[in-house]
Amino acid sequence: MQKQAVVINQKDNVATAVQDLTAGSVVSFFVGQDVEQLTLCEFIPFGHKFALCDIGKGQEILKYGESIGSALKPIPEGSHVHVHNMQSNRGRGDL
Amino acid sequence: MKFQGYLRPDGKVGIRNYLAVIPTSVCAATVAFHIASQIPQAVALANQHGCCQIGADHEQTVNTLIGLGKNPNVGAVLVVGLGCEGVPIAKVAEEIAVSGKSVETIVIQDCGGTLKATAEGTRIASKMAREIAQLKTQEFPVSELSLGVECGGSDFTSGLASNPAVGYASDLLVQAGGTSMLSETTEFIGAEHVLARRAKSPELGEKIIQFVRDCEQRAKQMHVDIRGSQPTPGNIQGGISSIEEKSLGCIHKAGHSPIQGVLAYGETPQGKGLFVMDTPGQDVESMTGMAAGGVTVMIFTTGRGTPTGFPLAPVIKITANAETYSKMTDNIDVDASGIISGEKSIEEVGKEIFQEILEVANGKMTKAESLGHREFGIYKIAPTF
Repeated sequence: MQKQAVVINQKDNVATAVQDLTAGSVVSFFVGQDVEQLTLCEFIPFGHKFALCDIGKGQEILKYGESIGSALKPIPEGSHVHVHNMQSNRGRGDL
Repeated sequence: MKFQGYLRPDGKVGIRNYLAVIPTSVCAATVAFHIASQIPQAVALANQHGCCQIGADHEQTVNTLIGLGKNPNVGAVLVVGLGCEGVPIAKVAEEIAVSGKSVETIVIQDCGGTLKATAEGTRIASKMAREIAQLKTQEFPVSELSLGVECGGSDFTSGLASNPAVGYASDLLVQAGGTSMLSETTEFIGAEHVLARRAKSPELGEKIIQFVRDCEQRAKQMHVDIRGSQPTPGNIQGGISSIEEKSLGCIHKAGHSPIQGVLAYGETPQGKGLFVMDTPGQDVESMTGMAAGGVTVMIFTTGRGTPTGFPLAPVIKITANAETYSKMTDNIDVDASGIISGEKSIEEVGKEIFQEILEVANGKMTKAESLGHREFGIYKIAPTF
């Protein structure tokens, strides 16, 4: 089976799609040595991220085992994580 | 692991043998290009600055021009001045000549205008081209190579695949005693703590944290969200959501070697190993800084696809995005998409990249070279007056 998504670090709460993934599909991916599965709430374009668990508003988004920003609103497991629902916490001269 | 290189009088080793035609100001750039267009071995630099600059900004332009003239890929230099610019023409020539290579100067106002300066400059340049063409290559260990790692037009494949593979190649070079340079300070924001942990001393780690904070502070003074510029609209379309995410992917291209030193823009490293240079995230200005610091070959990862080359060093292009590779095969040297599809490991592609560096050092032409890509730009740090 072709790889569907990648989780870079076991601490991460997002995975990256390595192909276009349709809404409602069940995707499998490795977290360390273990294969895990979840159902996607929505379409995830190639290269974009989806939530591996429910992420609360203000909670950090973790990729590479490090913070890449925080959730602007609650993000349910299996939904698209991108600029519409997460923000950068650095370089913010607008705040 | 050896390569055929050009030994310079200062003991440094180049992998190309250019005659550099360096205009000291934007006003001399057209004449510099006229001269270089007559001589196959000559390369002119598209300097857009060099006049009406003050303080540290002026110094940085002067030092960058000198550093570029000293680059080991340059066999000889013709400095072209207008005559009244702020950059001291004689000083640039004298400082480059400290490296022992042949340096000549012409001044447009002294020659009597464009046509006379072009004729006189071409006569000098053709003589210099004949002289440096006589230099034979010799065999050198890979420890004499100086690599710059760059990324541009990134997407998610950069951080996931091509940057880690380039990092693997960079580590191989460092382990073999060579030099590697990571730049693009903007793209350390959110990842500086990871780099700082790899610094050879706590003081050096603190220096990394500090120049990244300074860079972030300059962005904040503009009172805008850096997002939209960093990551760029193309990065965002490619799945990168924040500067932190971009940075954490970017730093992978320097592998896992300890950081030996932190360099100012255009500064030459002392010793060998992995160095970090404080440059903007803008690719061309970053590459110009690294070349002024003596880098002789560059690796450039891309996700969205970019054609960028550099006048004084071969640039090897790599993408792990299969679609980009098939669309832009004319521009991209190495296809790393096997990592994303799961057919190849990061280590396998890293070894392929290292092999490609050796081949390019031995004279293999990169696609950017074959297409005449010679993008150039000196980083300005203050307004022009």
